[in-house]
Amino acid sequence: MNALTVHAPVLLVAVPLLGAFATPLVGRFGRSARNVFVGSVILFTGALAGLMAAHVFGLGEPLVYVLGGADGFGVPLPSGMQVPVRILFEVDAMSAFMALITALVALAGTWYSFSYWRERSGGDLYHSLLLLLTAGIFGMELTGDMFNFFVFLEVTSIAACGLIGFRVWLKHSQEAGFKVMALYTLSGILVLLAVGLLYGEHGGLNIAYLASRVGGSLVDRIALGLLLTGLAMKAGAVPLHMWAPDAYGEAPAPTSAVLVANSQASLYGLFRILFTLYGATVSVGALGWILIAFALLTIAVGVTMALVQRDIKRLIAYSAVSQIGYMLLGVGVGLAVSVARPEFGRTAMHGGIFHMLNDAACIGLLFLASGAVIRASGTRDLNKMGGLAHRMGWTTGFFLIGALALAGVPPLNGFASKFLIYESSFRLSPILAVIAILASIMLLAVFVKVFQAAFLGPPPDGVTETPTGMLVPMAVLAVAVVLLGLFPGFFIDRLVAPAADALWSGRDIYIRAILGG
Amino acid sequence: MNVGNVPFVVAALLVVLGLYTFLFKRNLIKLVIGISLIETGVNLFLVALGYRTAGIAPIYTLAPAGRMVLPTPQALTLTSIVIGLATTALLLSFAVFVYRHYGTLDAGKIKELQG
Repeated sequence: MNALTVHAPVLLVAVPLLGAFATPLVGRFGRSARNVFVGSVILFTGALAGLMAAHVFGLGEPLVYVLGGADGFGVPLPSGMQVPVRILFEVDAMSAFMALITALVALAGTWYSFSYWRERSGGDLYHSLLLLLTAGIFGMELTGDMFNFFVFLEVTSIAACGLIGFRVWLKHSQEAGFKVMALYTLSGILVLLAVGLLYGEHGGLNIAYLASRVGGSLVDRIALGLLLTGLAMKAGAVPLHMWAPDAYGEAPAPTSAVLVANSQASLYGLFRILFTLYGATVSVGALGWILIAFALLTIAVGVTMALVQRDIKRLIAYSAVSQIGYMLLGVGVGLAVSVARPEFGRTAMHGGIFHMLNDAACIGLLFLASGAVIRASGTRDLNKMGGLAHRMGWTTGFFLIGALALAGVPPLNGFASKFLIYESSFRLSPILAVIAILASIMLLAVFVKVFQAAFLGPPPDGVTETPTGMLVPMAVLAVAVVLLGLFPGFFIDRLVAPAADALWSGRDIYIRAILGG
Repeated sequence: MNVGNVPFVVAALLVVLGLYTFLFKRNLIKLVIGISLIETGVNLFLVALGYRTAGIAPIYTLAPAGRMVLPTPQALTLTSIVIGLATTALLLSFAVFVYRHYGTLDAGKIKELQG
């Protein structure tokens, strides 16, 4: 195990964070210097995520990184006193899995931005914010400490709203920025209040320590309710989704893809809290059904609202909201049956967790493709565009792959994970599977409409193919979509199953890695 | 001095006041004030958690014997105040730009993004 792997958890946060603050300085030397710098920072981060994931998946137990002292937990002071205060990163298979998703989306998004961002000024700060957002997302996924989780949550909130609203000359981006920031702040405050309650009750902030102490008292339950509300809001689950279509719709196209990774990180926090922090100390059956209710609402509202949109970005934004529902459905079914009938709960968990990876790839691809479409046609209104397929063969192909995958058409990746979710939720209650399948079919109808409106019809004048710099990141995501769909068994065995099992049955291992015994 | 539960009551009052402002006022600046009030309430709650009657400052080096107030909530509160400053500044600057574009701060009239 080399030094890079040992320090990977902290470097994953530190490298993009320092890179973010150095970007405006490097930007003084011109656009290409900045692109090389940002590109190498994000490439290095991606490589670190890969290294760390390979190590954690091989290790089979959580990787613990102690900040501020390599030699155990005691720090001697002049008075001889020892303070057992440490900040910990704890990376289990689930965290490593999330870090891989973030690395994939951030790489594609940043790479795409280099060609996408053609404005004369603002590019330095834009890339700076993108790196800051990436650092925050990694922090949320890797930390082993509730308060740090809150801090990283706020880092992502501020960076995300900066990215949504920094184009101050656009009227709607300002409205969206205010709305999103207000709701993000509120969700952050709910999380902070819950962290305060847990600290007051148990005297600690470490997730493993708290998990060993929570017992389902009234204070614990209130804290759980606050965390559930706050993180569901930050993840964009209906009925707390009011910000999501504005955020995804008004942000620049590559940023929307990274914002989806941000929502998934909040979802990861929710799952971590439900499975690791609370586990079986609360009535998981009832909680599972609450998640399922959230999930069905999210799927139904997301798809229905996507159906009536005329703005291509906003339409994809609502489909992104509906996909959060599928993840919640898979994990909710898993949670609901985790004690009573665990035999198909594990399948449901695999479906829900696998869908996080699949959604990041295909929604990311769709957002990037929509950026190319808007760039070519100069409008976001579906009624005013058309005929792009004549001149933009590659973009058309990538958009089609993304749309079919999102709608769950075999053999693409959306089908692989949705099938696991249908199969397991059917065994809990057929009505769940029926709603999920119906929503997928409606989603297919939505994208048939988009495809017909944007790509078919008489060829428009003066449209040329998207620049290669934007096509390559789309190609990377498209290849991921196809590979994940063709060989789902390979990826489930190696990536998804360890990650889902870390939540499903890894609570004791997670606690033992910190507290021993 | 023994303050009892007074700080917790004040914190709860601040949070309720802030929530009322956030939910029922339509002026964007007042919304920001509401969020800021909730934040202040939560910060006060955190500090009050760590307070110990007749405690001394938690500086361990060569400290006299006796009760100390808890250091962790103070660190948390400090962090949270800094974050609160950043979010409030960002919200207010969004409010300024919203006013430039829409000519109003009334949330009821700023509704172009719906449905």
